[in-house]
Amino acid sequence: MAAIRFDKVQKYFGRGEKRMHALSNINLEIEDREFLAIVGPSGCGKTTCLRLVAGFDAASEGSVSVAGKPVMKPGPDRAVVFQQFALFPWKTVRGNIDLGLRNKAMGFEEREKRIADVLKLMNLETYADAFPHQLSGGMQQRVAIARAYVLDPEVLLMDEPFGALDAQTRVVMQEELVRLARVQPRTVLFITHAVEEAVYLADRIAVMTRRPGRIKELVDVKSVRDAEKWNRFERIEDVMDLDSFVHLRTGIWRSLREEKNG
Amino acid sequence: MDRRLSHSETIGLGALGLMSFIGLWAAISGFGLVPEQFLPTPIAVIGRFIDLFREPFAGFTLQQHLSSSLMRYLYGLLLAAVIGIPLGLAMGWFRTLDDVVTPIFEGLRFIAPIAWVPFAALWFGTGIGGPIMIIFAGAFPPCLINAYRGARFVEPRLIEAARMLGTGHRRMLMEILFPASLPSVMAGVRVAAGLGWQSLVGAELIVASAGVGFMMVQAQASVQTPTVMAGMIAIGITGLLIDIALRQGESLLRHRLGAD
Repeated sequence: MAAIRFDKVQKYFGRGEKRMHALSNINLEIEDREFLAIVGPSGCGKTTCLRLVAGFDAASEGSVSVAGKPVMKPGPDRAVVFQQFALFPWKTVRGNIDLGLRNKAMGFEEREKRIADVLKLMNLETYADAFPHQLSGGMQQRVAIARAYVLDPEVLLMDEPFGALDAQTRVVMQEELVRLARVQPRTVLFITHAVEEAVYLADRIAVMTRRPGRIKELVDVKSVRDAEKWNRFERIEDVMDLDSFVHLRTGIWRSLREEKNG
Repeated sequence: MDRRLSHSETIGLGALGLMSFIGLWAAISGFGLVPEQFLPTPIAVIGRFIDLFREPFAGFTLQQHLSSSLMRYLYGLLLAAVIGIPLGLAMGWFRTLDDVVTPIFEGLRFIAPIAWVPFAALWFGTGIGGPIMIIFAGAFPPCLINAYRGARFVEPRLIEAARMLGTGHRRMLMEILFPASLPSVMAGVRVAAGLGWQSLVGAELIVASAGVGFMMVQAQASVQTPTVMAGMIAIGITGLLIDIALRQGESLLRHRLGAD
């Protein structure tokens, strides 16, 4: 069974004359433990796709289901990492991570253990009692990822999570995410407009058209990555130098450029 | 602002304005332009103000009147905050509650606190209940409105984050909406504190025993205008001190929340 399934999804915003067709007939299946990135021109509706899975918006037609169950409302089985972090500024790092666990009515000791584990996983141990505004952007996004990971969610939804970070921090976070995906594989739906980021991180890439967004093309990255053994490199720039990487990236670029020029 | 001034210039101009005001007052009252009972001189008023701290008037000294006023005031304000803030937050979160309460609230909030005096006396008596209700009537609307607006305008991402974390209604109100709207709530409490204090004299018109408003009403009955004015000064200064204290509290809180 697919972890995430879009079935003939249509999405409109507004009513009457002002009605805007955002998504057109989206059909997509994301496998268990698969990392799927959606790329597309801005305003194509890629974030809308994520919001439908999160339960923040509802499909106008068709259905979105996670682990076989139709999405009705937001919930901790579909943890979201936002572009602007969306940490609670009045809670410490620990308090931010703890909220979801407390909502699950989990016992104190179990929570403490889980928090300690995820802090270690994200290299945040020394910041447990800091407030978000005391941390850099990169650190804040680590906290947001920790807050999502700690819930042990069915799927992880990441909406341009590194879009607000500076170039160097972004690279560090991308490498970090690859490391995480190895240590604790998850089903991930990742939204980005950065093609390189998508090729570096994803198993599969869905390329979307301009509005109304359709899925134009599905690119298999995983088979290339495995065949060419990208994993032997620790650093992103080494992977980006590989012919196989460049080839994939250029192909997706061309596909996107057709969209931008109309 | 059309110009920039240094701190000392601002203070200087403020002092100049105040001096001119008192000077004008002294001139009008001191040169016999109006009868002294009509407008007592500043010196008479300040003298009376100081005397009132030692000589009881209408049964009590000024500080005793003040403390009895402050007591009622605090109860009234506290009641307004304890009911108004949670109700405002809940109205900001639950649409149904908003739809039910808003028409009633909008209808009632334009009634001046003093207009409640007859019913306050009838329903809650002239002891402590009546005056508290008048102060409550003044302080309640800003508490509710600001909590409501605060809750309605919380950063949508934060609400989405809380929802995806599985946060229930109760925790949403207490741990997300309340802290997120705290700056707005605090501003509301400050406005409420001002309006509540202003309603005090009205409240104390119906109190038979003590309070600054009561003192002023008694003085008015015996045409002791310096005493009435001394009461006005006491109300003004106390109001100012309350506002300063709340501003301090507000900036302390903002600092703690990292809002600066």
